[in-house]
Amino acid sequence: MSQKWWQQQLPKLVLSPSFALVLFFVYGFILYTGYLSFTDSRMFPSNELVGFANYEKLFALRHWKIAITNLGIFGGLYIGICLVLGLMLAIFLDQKIRGEGVLRPIYLYPMALSFIVTGTAWKWFLDPGIGVEQIVQSWGYTDFEFRWIKDRTMAIYCIVIAGVWQTSGFVMAMFLAGLRGIDGEIMKAARVDGASSVQLYRRIIIPMLRPIFLSAFVVLAHMAIKSYDLVIALTNGGPGRATELPATFMYSYTFTRNQMGVGATSAMVMLMTIAAIIVPYLYSELKGSKKS
Amino acid sequence: MKIRALALALGVAASGAVSAAGEVEVLHWWTSGGEAAALNVLKDDLSSKGVSWADMPVAGGGGESAMTVLRARVTSNNAPTAAQMLGYDILDWGKQGAAADLNAVAAKEGWDAVVPAALQNFAKHDGKWISAPVNVHSTNWVWANKAIFDELGLSAPINFDELVATLEAIKKAGYTPLAHGGQAWQEATIFDSVVLATGGVGFYRKALVDLDADALGSDTMKTVFDRMAILRSYVDDNFSGRDWNLASAMVIEKKAGMQIMGDWAKGEFLNAGQKPGDDFMCFRFPGTSGAVTFNSDQFMMFKVGSDRRDAQNQLASSIMAPSFQSAFNVVKGSVPARTDVSDADFDACGKKGMRDLASANANNTLLGSLAHGHAAPASVKNAMYDVITAHFNGEYSSADAVSELVAAVDAAK
Repeated sequence: MSQKWWQQQLPKLVLSPSFALVLFFVYGFILYTGYLSFTDSRMFPSNELVGFANYEKLFALRHWKIAITNLGIFGGLYIGICLVLGLMLAIFLDQKIRGEGVLRPIYLYPMALSFIVTGTAWKWFLDPGIGVEQIVQSWGYTDFEFRWIKDRTMAIYCIVIAGVWQTSGFVMAMFLAGLRGIDGEIMKAARVDGASSVQLYRRIIIPMLRPIFLSAFVVLAHMAIKSYDLVIALTNGGPGRATELPATFMYSYTFTRNQMGVGATSAMVMLMTIAAIIVPYLYSELKGSKKS
Repeated sequence: MKIRALALALGVAASGAVSAAGEVEVLHWWTSGGEAAALNVLKDDLSSKGVSWADMPVAGGGGESAMTVLRARVTSNNAPTAAQMLGYDILDWGKQGAAADLNAVAAKEGWDAVVPAALQNFAKHDGKWISAPVNVHSTNWVWANKAIFDELGLSAPINFDELVATLEAIKKAGYTPLAHGGQAWQEATIFDSVVLATGGVGFYRKALVDLDADALGSDTMKTVFDRMAILRSYVDDNFSGRDWNLASAMVIEKKAGMQIMGDWAKGEFLNAGQKPGDDFMCFRFPGTSGAVTFNSDQFMMFKVGSDRRDAQNQLASSIMAPSFQSAFNVVKGSVPARTDVSDADFDACGKKGMRDLASANANNTLLGSLAHGHAAPASVKNAMYDVITAHFNGEYSSADAVSELVAAVDAAK
């Protein structure tokens, strides 16, 4: 065996254990979940195949429709508001203001908390009995009412609020990095040509941040789809079942309701949704890197 | 020589664990103060018999996380000696063939004669005892603040109309009439009682146990939902998501008139230094006296190797001993799972609970609680939860709730 052979094989050898583990524990179990979604598994996995019965059952469930609708509301608002807010904060912070070093971490730190902590803190905050409503009323505005979290039509927006609070700082950091990466010469050139600040941002800088928008969108979209802990801590799916999301649905059907088949089916639907977002993104990224 | 010395040393070191009957490993979720204290009674009893106790607590109220852990352990062929379990879960495990056979102990100690028949349905599979019931909780109780009742000259209502009148009087006096926490299982706990009060024992069995579509879709069921809506109107606005013990605290602190909750609520009153009869009242949900909706904590025994079987049998025997049943249930707030235990150590509510259980057993009016997984399997139970809680939160009219209930049960069966 020559030394050259070793040098060629060594990286593969070193990588193979982790490759094998990922292959088994991630992709293996994805396949297994896919298999379970076609069986009549209840408390335990079963091998009795039932075709697409679980998929038909799933989409007939009112509970699942609520979860999907909630995901639409939550995902849309969460991603949209985080992007807008993050971009605004980043642009403001980019004005070479004093104290940026203090302000930046203040916006960024919520990201360091887990969603459980965020959810619990906001639960107390939004609770009419001890939170905002109680405080404002104690200031003398006794007519003040803010009880969204107890209202089944508004509770989902409470989750949006808490989610946005947690993540917009992170999106800001992404945009800030993007802004710092823009060549100062371009801005100077635009100024010389007489562009106003608004024009400068609208026509030049924001279009140049396009790749950042894409990355931020992908990060936010998958966080929205898999968000579980935030809902559990903030509302636990309530009032009633008004704030269930697909992730909480999947857990409860698989592990507490003894309907593992339906749970696996919902997991597969979630996977396909995420794949629909991630795969085109990866594809365009890989294609882009080949070009350069 | 050297080897013998080593063996001796090892023997001494291990003697605590293996001397007499060995070790039991028990998975449970009794981790909160009162519950842990109650469990210590069992641990002490076993250690006096030379059986050591390997604790495997998995925190989390209804035992959902505990069940997830258990499933992983059993599927990897590493079952604990016993696990705390409720209702249909026990039977599901029995069907999987994972359960031990306790018939030898049961026959020797005569369990068949002393354990209520309705309870045996959940402790036996295929004619074999697989589980040792620790207690019986009953869920059709109302816990009321005595001071408020005295102040307003009220007494325990005996039918639904009187209950509404009582709630109305409490409301007029400026208290929250009904302390309630907006969680699906709590709403279902009230639902249990309302179904029983509205339709009677036969209807309860037909609708919630047999899952008869006609009964589920009947006018009686519509009345049940109408009554749930009436009760909803006596709950304060800030109820959603509140834990049951905080609702009990509202009654204890004289902010609310009463709470509809299982007998574990009594522990909260006792912990607050209140006395049954003097500070708080316990009575059956109006219209349900004579019948008992129950749930029972049991220790289900798993198939173990022959080296661990003696300890397992000892555990089962200790759990069923009248002295333990009495000591444990005095602390836990429930009543013993056998009907021949002396009620001397129990308080007034406990004594009433034991009398009610015995007579319900004799009259065949002992019913599994839907809310606590003793009437229908988990999938059906949760499907009903969805409808009950959605209706309670105002999403459905009563008529819609009835048709949704029929559809949900049908889909989950």
